[in-house]
Amino acid sequence: MELLIASAIGIMTAAGIYLVLRLRTFPVILGISLLTYAVNIFLFTSGRLVVGAPPVLRDDITTYTDPLPQALVLTAIVISFGMTAVVVMIGLGAFLGSDDDHVDDQPDRSDDAPEGTP
Amino acid sequence: MSWYLTLPLVIPFVASIIAYLLRSSPLGAWVSIIGSGLGLIASIALMVVVLDAGVIAGQMGNWPAPFGITLVADLLSAVMVLITAITGFAVAIYALGDITERQAKLGYHALFQILLAGVTGAFLTGDLFNLYVWFEVMLIASFGLLILNGGKEQIDGGVKYVALNLISTILFLTGIGLLYGMTGTLNFADLALKVEEVENQGLLTVVAMMFMVAFGVKAAVFPLFFWLPAAYHTPSFAVSAVFAGLLTKVGVYALIRMFTMVFDHDIGFTHTVLLWVACFTMVIGVLGAAAQSDFRKILSFHIISQIGYMILGLALMTPLALVGAVFYLVHHIIVKANLFLIAGIAKRLTGGTEVYQIGGLYKSAPFLAILFLIPAFSLAGFPPLSGFWAKYIIVKATLDLEMWFVAFIALAVGLMTIYSMTKIWAEAFWKPHPEGIEPELKTLPNKAAQLIPVAGLAVLTIIIGLNPEPFVVFAERTTAQLLDPSPYIAAVLGETP
Repeated sequence: MELLIASAIGIMTAAGIYLVLRLRTFPVILGISLLTYAVNIFLFTSGRLVVGAPPVLRDDITTYTDPLPQALVLTAIVISFGMTAVVVMIGLGAFLGSDDDHVDDQPDRSDDAPEGTP
Repeated sequence: MSWYLTLPLVIPFVASIIAYLLRSSPLGAWVSIIGSGLGLIASIALMVVVLDAGVIAGQMGNWPAPFGITLVADLLSAVMVLITAITGFAVAIYALGDITERQAKLGYHALFQILLAGVTGAFLTGDLFNLYVWFEVMLIASFGLLILNGGKEQIDGGVKYVALNLISTILFLTGIGLLYGMTGTLNFADLALKVEEVENQGLLTVVAMMFMVAFGVKAAVFPLFFWLPAAYHTPSFAVSAVFAGLLTKVGVYALIRMFTMVFDHDIGFTHTVLLWVACFTMVIGVLGAAAQSDFRKILSFHIISQIGYMILGLALMTPLALVGAVFYLVHHIIVKANLFLIAGIAKRLTGGTEVYQIGGLYKSAPFLAILFLIPAFSLAGFPPLSGFWAKYIIVKATLDLEMWFVAFIALAVGLMTIYSMTKIWAEAFWKPHPEGIEPELKTLPNKAAQLIPVAGLAVLTIIIGLNPEPFVVFAERTTAQLLDPSPYIAAVLGETP
């Protein structure tokens, strides 16, 4: 399971970084979302991976999973959800206001415009 | 005891709700002013208590530390909260003359109060994850303020600001995850104790670097500052003043807090990196400013260069250097916010912020010219203004360590600062207006609301400049607390009041 989760985090981070570097608003937003997912899972694993163990104290049970990272992840998910909504609105405003969805200041590069535009 | 800690947070939140409900009426602005005023009183009360007790801590929800969320105020937190309240109060008054009815209707005053709450929370929290939450509160409010009723330019700046800040947040969270995995705690005081027991000190340095990058983006240090000049010259002047004064300083505060209390295990490496970062930040910032001709863009690049001085103080890590960093932090917030407010008045009088296209302010509005000279000279470090003492202490600290080259950079950057201030002075104030406009203060709508906060902040600069001793003594006490965190740890982890 460690391998599975570690590679999931790795793949999502790699894809996220690639998308963020596209420098167009939609890929950047998707990339940031992917990076956030990766970080959320990473935060979750920081309490170590335990299967089938309760997070609260009970009698007759000796293995527990750490509840704190779960609480942290919940907070992080809620915040990143709100953030994504704000970013989508800002990105949409930027695109509608200028017909240009480049994140940097480059003037419209018509040669690369069709490629990679979802 | 914990009321002193929670009031500076609760007041802006309550003010924000009321201001939101009254957003369509002129009362909204007054709610914001009264809220900021009450917040100022609460922060003064906090300051008085902290001056007396040293460190006070409160456990929210009565969960004992390190399990619950802790609010702590040591001298550094208290002074930052106080200075936030002062700036907030000044800008809230200024907003009467700067914020349009449309912006107020869209909820400017509510967002502004939430921003103040976020900044205050970041200064008061004693828990790393809680710091993340306050950062996000602050960021979301600042996104809103940045693009409020904005056109293409505002949104364009907003996109860069948002994207880079989210990347920094992601790094911050990764760092939190690694740190929690290693130590099992996120409470500052508990972390300070637990990091010493970590076996893998190398990984700890990696985490330290992650935090350095994450906070470095917020503090706008080299080479992570690009979002700042892209965004800070676009919003309303009241907004950019509070951004310029406070937002980057939250990053600096977080760096100071983490790199004096938690990550002091490998000073030889981490603080050398900080030293280089500081030097480059100072130089690149001031060179960037020299190349600009927009009032606010020049000032934005100066924020970056001045952040370099604060980081330099932290990087040297001697008591004197930290005194300088703390002094600089306080002085800079007042001066920088004030300069942005003045830029706003200058724009309304002359019709622009491009310094080559405006002018004549000295002849027709000499009072404003004097008000500009005070913070501008203070920023450049002229005696006897506050910036002189801040720079003097930092340069003295580098000379004591015999770092001649660093001292040379610090002084040369000071000289370059004068150059850009002279450019603003010569172009915007001294030369006649190219279109023959004679801008007079009389024509300013809501004159008192704009001039009183500017004058008040200028008077504060002069007070600190003419009578620096109590402030230096205070900074020395603050530094003593930073270098020896045991009272802090005792207050947080010991018996709770």
